[in-house]
Amino acid sequence: MTIRPPEPRQAEAAAPLAATESDENAWRRHHLLDLDDFSVDELDLVLSTAGAMKEVLSREVPRVPALRGTTIVTLFYENSTRTRASFELAGKVLGADVINVSASGSSVTKGESLIDTVKTLQAVGADVIVMRHNRSGAPYLAARHADCSIVNAGDGLHAHPTQALLDLLTIRNSIGDVRGKRVVIVGDVLHSRVARSNLWSLTALGADVVVCAPPTLLPARLGDAREGDLPPVRVETDLDRAIEGADVVMALRMQFERMQGGFVPGMREYSRLYQVNAKRLARAKPGALVLHPGPMNEGVEISHEVAHGLQSRVEEQVTNGVAVRMAVLWLITRTASRGGRGAAKAAL
Amino acid sequence: MSERIIIRGGHVIDPATSRELDANVLIEDGRITAVEGGIAASGAREVDARGLVVAPGFVDLHTHLRDPGLEYKEDIESGTRAAARGGFTTVCAMPNTEPAMDTRSVVEYVLREAAARASVRVLPIGAVSKGRAGKELAELGDLAAAGCVAFSDDGAPVYDATLMRRALEYAAAFDLPIIDHCEDSSLAHDAVMHEGWVSTRLGLRGAPAAAEDAAVMRDIALAEATGAHVHIAHVSTRGAVDAVRRAKARGLRVTAEVTPHHLTLTDETVAFGALGGGDLLYDTNAKVNPPLRTQDDVDACAAGLADGTIDCVATDHAPHALIEKLCEFDEAAFGISGLETAFGLCMRRVHGGAIPLAALIERMTAGPVRALGLDRHVPGIGTLAVGAPADVVLLDPDLEWVVDPARFASKGTNTPLAGVTLRGAVVCTIAAGRVVHESEVAVG
Repeated sequence: MTIRPPEPRQAEAAAPLAATESDENAWRRHHLLDLDDFSVDELDLVLSTAGAMKEVLSREVPRVPALRGTTIVTLFYENSTRTRASFELAGKVLGADVINVSASGSSVTKGESLIDTVKTLQAVGADVIVMRHNRSGAPYLAARHADCSIVNAGDGLHAHPTQALLDLLTIRNSIGDVRGKRVVIVGDVLHSRVARSNLWSLTALGADVVVCAPPTLLPARLGDAREGDLPPVRVETDLDRAIEGADVVMALRMQFERMQGGFVPGMREYSRLYQVNAKRLARAKPGALVLHPGPMNEGVEISHEVAHGLQSRVEEQVTNGVAVRMAVLWLITRTASRGGRGAAKAAL
Repeated sequence: MSERIIIRGGHVIDPATSRELDANVLIEDGRITAVEGGIAASGAREVDARGLVVAPGFVDLHTHLRDPGLEYKEDIESGTRAAARGGFTTVCAMPNTEPAMDTRSVVEYVLREAAARASVRVLPIGAVSKGRAGKELAELGDLAAAGCVAFSDDGAPVYDATLMRRALEYAAAFDLPIIDHCEDSSLAHDAVMHEGWVSTRLGLRGAPAAAEDAAVMRDIALAEATGAHVHIAHVSTRGAVDAVRRAKARGLRVTAEVTPHHLTLTDETVAFGALGGGDLLYDTNAKVNPPLRTQDDVDACAAGLADGTIDCVATDHAPHALIEKLCEFDEAAFGISGLETAFGLCMRRVHGGAIPLAALIERMTAGPVRALGLDRHVPGIGTLAVGAPADVVLLDPDLEWVVDPARFASKGTNTPLAGVTLRGAVVCTIAAGRVVHESEVAVG
């Protein structure tokens, strides 16, 4: 049924990946759950690996057999088009077998527990489970009970590490090192796992991160340096002030149901106060980058002209998403193959 | 029915009679018959209490025995064995069973089962509302006649303020208190933990402390308006402690309890577990309602217990089946299986200097008895006075032990303390003159 892609020349196949061999020791992770404990070296390694993957993607026949014989299952408890497609493509470019499994509803209503599902997928041969779940922490539960690798493709309100990595790659491609650069993240931070993961990676690399939202959409204690183990960011409720001198502006998706929750009075007022538009963007540094994790509500959190303007990197984010996920899958399976079931399979 | 027992060489602490002395305790026919120096008691069973504290058996105002209807979580037999292991000789059974304890027949079932199978005394708490639905009053008079010592819809607050007012007024006719789980659900709605930096860190929905504070203040206002007795279940916030303190200063009929976990554990336990460590655990065994709060709240609760603002320790023992905790955090049941770790966990506050040992024992014996007026139902309960029921516990305040849920008598192994070392152990429990628990560690 599957049409096998043409084999690339052996030298070409090995070339981009050889670049990472020497750095492999910097990578010890069996799972990718969040970026909260990532070192600068680890972030650099993922991004440099992703750079090599971009080269693969630019080839006439973007295929390498690096993960041939590896089985990747995408297990999605939530609908997602772009993240799932991105992971699926990333796996296929690397020659892995990719199986998509959709599970709807909570484990309770479905009858089978998350742990049972993960163990079943492992038993049928999954080496990596890419997991999207509407409950915060679900991949952590899976990782505690699985031998295969768990890659978090978004859990509840908690984390979305590969999105943050692709955001970082996109920023670096345009402005280089983020140290000292001002990154403004504006919108529904309270309900954004994308923002939360971004805060860890950006602050780890020394960016000056400003979070901007109405107070009702800010997570408790964020920006309160006196307390707890949270990333060091500044909180600002006035977008005109926050955006002043920004190098990067990241707008977050605003969902309509937030009105029912009483978080904001309505989209009209929200877009007036918090929309990233040309007038506001003019207050940022000239040429400041505009990012959005998608899907965008144009006219709400971002104006049409900015979303598609010269400073927008939204499309590049999508392309970079595939490269970053290739890098993550490659690195994760390298650690797996140094021992355990992956090694046994490789020997066959 | 019960044997003669002589407990020799222990250090007796009996807060109800303000006595603290080295003495022997003689038990005959299920009663304390002597507490003094040299008792000659030939033929009596000797219990060597040298090096141990001898105290009245603990009284728990807040126990979920899950029976009838939820016996897969716990039943009267297993729950009261857990109580005995924890040093409790009386437990007050919460009415959130299936069916709820909202009619005389369910109360009678519980008392009948307890008479047949319980290791310790069971005092039933009736539901406030029919089916605990918060709409119509249950037949409180009939429940009182059947033996209920208080009323509560615990597990849920009495949300409707008018129903709460009526309940307080009506229950006053039988001189029984309403125990309220204080939580403004419209403020807490779908929260699964305390709102603070940890909930932000974990991406979990948090309930603000104000959800508890507001509900406590409402109940205090209603206690003042009605002159009736409200007992605040499981206080967990500084605001609630302060509100109760002010209410007591004004002479209102307000009493309160605190759980061992709210005295000692913070919301960080949810993230990192009770043993600490860097990895995020999303520990469902630390998911409890009210949620574990901040260190400031924990310290306020301990100070409130020490100064008597909070009348007593109550476990809120809430056993669950393994599968109800072995799941995503949002899906997990609320509750901690707490009877068997209560004393050891509270002892952290004694060893830490926040509360003297004798005061802790008071808050686990005479304190709860006084809070609900239990001696009206069981004369002599909570003391070692001569003539009192022979409910006695032998404690080693310094014995260290590691919590192993596999050894619990409770069916609920849901504790965040697995693997944690506690200092302070229940060595022996005697209920109504019968030895119902002897520690694996040799006595004496």
